[in-house]
Amino acid sequence: MAEKLIGQDIAPDDLHAKITGRAKYAEDFRADGMVFAKLLASPMPHCRVLRIDASAALAMDGVVGILTADDVPQSEFGEQCLTNHPLYEGESVLAIAAVDETTAADAIERVVVDFEPLPFVLNPLDGVRPGSPNARPEGNTQIGRDWATVKWTEEDFANAPEGSMPMPEGEDKRDTEWSVGDIEAGFAAADLILDETIVHQSVTHHPMEPRSAMAYWQNGRLFLHTSTQSLVRTRQAVAGQLDMDIEDVVLIGEYCGGGFGSKITGSLIQLVPALFSRKINRPVMLRIHRAEESYLGRARPGIQARIRIGFRADGRVTALDLFALGDAGPYARGDQNSAANMASLAYTPLNMRYRGLGVRTNTPPKAAQRGPGGAQIIGMLEPLMDKAARELGVDRLALRRLNAPEADVEYGPRGSTLTSVFVREAIDMGRELFGWEERIARSGQLNGTKRTGIGVGVSPYTAGSRGFDGLLVIRPDGMVQIQQGLGNLGTNSNFDTARAAADVLGVEWDDVEVVFGDTSRHLPWSAVQAGSQSTHAHTRANHAAGLDAKQKLQEIAARDLGGRPEDYETSDGRVYRRSNPSQGMTLGRAATRAIELGGRYSGEEFDEDLNDMTKASVRALAGQGLVAAARDTFGGEGGLQSWVVGFAEVELDVETGKVDVVHFTAVTDCGVVVHPRGLGGQIFGGSFQGMGMAMSQKWVFDPVWGVSFAKRLYTARPPGMLDVPIDVQWAAVGIPDPQTPVGAKGIGEPCVGAGSAALTSAISDALEGKCLCRTPLSPDILLAEIEGREPAYGPLDLHV
Amino acid sequence: MSDVEIIGTPERAVTRRKFIMGVIAAGATTSSVGYLFKGPQPLLGALLVQGSVERLVTLNVNGQQRRVDVMKQETLAFTLRYKLGLTGTKLGCDRAECGACTVLIDGVNSYSCSVLTHTVRGAQITTIEGLEAPDGTLHPVQQAVLDEGGFQCAFCAPGFIMSMVAMVETNPNPTPEEAAQALSGNLCRCADYNKILTSAMRAAEYSRQQA
Repeated sequence: MAEKLIGQDIAPDDLHAKITGRAKYAEDFRADGMVFAKLLASPMPHCRVLRIDASAALAMDGVVGILTADDVPQSEFGEQCLTNHPLYEGESVLAIAAVDETTAADAIERVVVDFEPLPFVLNPLDGVRPGSPNARPEGNTQIGRDWATVKWTEEDFANAPEGSMPMPEGEDKRDTEWSVGDIEAGFAAADLILDETIVHQSVTHHPMEPRSAMAYWQNGRLFLHTSTQSLVRTRQAVAGQLDMDIEDVVLIGEYCGGGFGSKITGSLIQLVPALFSRKINRPVMLRIHRAEESYLGRARPGIQARIRIGFRADGRVTALDLFALGDAGPYARGDQNSAANMASLAYTPLNMRYRGLGVRTNTPPKAAQRGPGGAQIIGMLEPLMDKAARELGVDRLALRRLNAPEADVEYGPRGSTLTSVFVREAIDMGRELFGWEERIARSGQLNGTKRTGIGVGVSPYTAGSRGFDGLLVIRPDGMVQIQQGLGNLGTNSNFDTARAAADVLGVEWDDVEVVFGDTSRHLPWSAVQAGSQSTHAHTRANHAAGLDAKQKLQEIAARDLGGRPEDYETSDGRVYRRSNPSQGMTLGRAATRAIELGGRYSGEEFDEDLNDMTKASVRALAGQGLVAAARDTFGGEGGLQSWVVGFAEVELDVETGKVDVVHFTAVTDCGVVVHPRGLGGQIFGGSFQGMGMAMSQKWVFDPVWGVSFAKRLYTARPPGMLDVPIDVQWAAVGIPDPQTPVGAKGIGEPCVGAGSAALTSAISDALEGKCLCRTPLSPDILLAEIEGREPAYGPLDLHV
Repeated sequence: MSDVEIIGTPERAVTRRKFIMGVIAAGATTSSVGYLFKGPQPLLGALLVQGSVERLVTLNVNGQQRRVDVMKQETLAFTLRYKLGLTGTKLGCDRAECGACTVLIDGVNSYSCSVLTHTVRGAQITTIEGLEAPDGTLHPVQQAVLDEGGFQCAFCAPGFIMSMVAMVETNPNPTPEEAAQALSGNLCRCADYNKILTSAMRAAEYSRQQA
């Protein structure tokens, strides 16, 4: 019997291509007659295009065309790939194509555009001040679908304590409100009440691969090479954006150089080469430059919030009152509502009230970034949990364990439930592994100039979805060919979730071939590769396809060799009789028989509950072997959440403000571990991203002109190799989720909050319990605090 | 010197004579000259337009003499990717910030986005495509990465691997701290630094075994 593939370290099939330079990302493709496009970007944060004179540019040798906002799909209030009304600096106005990129760039310089500057808003709090301009003519927020202008009064600001964010009363001061229990009763029952203002910055995604794309058309069909997290769902999105039949879009996304939420269905700017190539009838490459990426490439929304928390003497949270202002950028709504939900889940307050407002700003567009809302709020709340533990004299870890949810949790405004929760087990495991008692004894010790801080972050995030399709072909050569419609952004999901099908059949990994990366290769309907859905959703879908294949193999064997289907078992490339294993046939032979038998065995017939996209793929694959296609109908009650508990030991240099992370431990509850080494990569990688968010990455804007000073990697630097700890370890609780056949939950997202919060908590510990309650905790900010200097920024200032 | 000069990718060699004959046969206009280089692996950007006068230079890339027309302001990364078809070298930032474009120039890991092509005439240039042996045997550094399952999205991988090759040449027995220092000029946004470091340590081990 072949060993189960789930749980083993198997290098993903595409790694060889990645390390030899053969892996082709979007910008690595070439097409006959390909030309290059360059973008003309708005030089100011809010303006209107009055006049475009491109005559000098178009007269240049080698220039082949121009694409303007008039050539692209129009959206009254939404985002367009080219616009005559830019709402942020760097928004694309037009594109010019030329035979080479140098010429295209020269041509852009010769385009004359008259812009009318318009008032702008960079900081959400400035956007609600009385008399302030709105970031958009339609208003500064949306309530439901309707545009609105929400301003707070002078009195609202005056009523807030010095340095605190206002918490104005009244329905007209926010766009969302919910409460559970009785917030005032919760505070009345509290022995300690903390009242804090937090400021979490916005963070650009900055995947290493900018969102370059290349497109061409043949016979009315679009061929788009793009950088996308999801494959078949990006095809669907592009077809929708261009109002095309999905069959006429071929999307090639074999490799994606990182997305983190910014390329869930590719990017809006990928429409520029698609539309441009249709217009000029030549393949168009749009290579996005790093500075362009920092504008177009999306960012995690910043949050400014006031938080009041009541604690019982034992540390139990009796009341949590959150008023959050989210930076919605020009086109989104902010992460504040998700942040409130995650706070409700993480600490299960006995009573909670949430009020929130997403404020439009003229800053680069905001989008989901790995753990949206959760990563921000956990990073901000964990130091407050420490502060409460200190004041109440209870163990910091015990306080978290006391407030952590159990399996019967109901959280958020609608009392959401979950399939499984093993966070307390993760906390207990981490206490041992990290050596909590031993390390906490070092808390606050000063060695030379370095003060030790110990921190912990308990971070949940969404971890799965249901109802997608699995599709595979057992070929006459005996190979099991598994079709995968997910994207390939480095999480190994295409390969790792395919193991679920292989394990049902008992085949070795060498006998499996995974097909991915090109929608013309007949792929099944799949989840978007976002929200940490893939591991859960597609181990289920592939398990379903595996069961369908196994059933068909058993039926074919019984038909040819006698007995009943259930008398047969599959493993090691054969289907054989349990009572007499020598009686059986190879999978290759069974595949040949499936072709001969036709009907449902070879894909001529299939289940009606499959998605239309899967049905089309089954039709195309029919007759190639034993075709198995099945929808995930395993069902389940409740949502899915995974946890990462991060523990950090840091040394804060009190003379320089520099923080060294000397050790990091992470323990996860993500159900069954599918690929240990891949999981470790996710946990550490996500945690390190969180550390960068907490400590170094920042935005800075010129307040007069509203232009960005942090548009490159060196000014908004993600962590490098010397910024992250070398001494690290991880572990998994490993208890299966009871409602999914493979038992695995997703893991991509909760690690970011764990890494960020472990650091904000540890730095606060090194500052003897003082919570700066903001990010990034860069050396200049920490040094000013250590030396007791007046900070160079206001307590509510963003982008510092 | 033979009159056969390789100007395309060597596996699809095009002679200058054939190229010129091709130009005549196709009755090419100025605006399509650049695309006569094309084919399964086209050479792009070879068009002469104003302000970008090109000169024919010879480069030694992955042990082969490559003749290529370059503009005076052209970067090595651009030449490799768009004229020599070596797309394994990635462009992450174009400004010496991320290291995705790292190649070896006379054995020294260098940001090819910030090196002008005409300055490396006569130098030995090695890219990610040049590490495998002709029979497909992986370089010990590549084998180490494969064995450790290093990298996630891997857009940074070619650059990191070139820096690892330079590291094992100069310091075949590094401490983890030294390895981190040696690779600190490369960024990985997936932050898969833990697996990159274990890959680098294993790479050093394999290189010592081979030495």
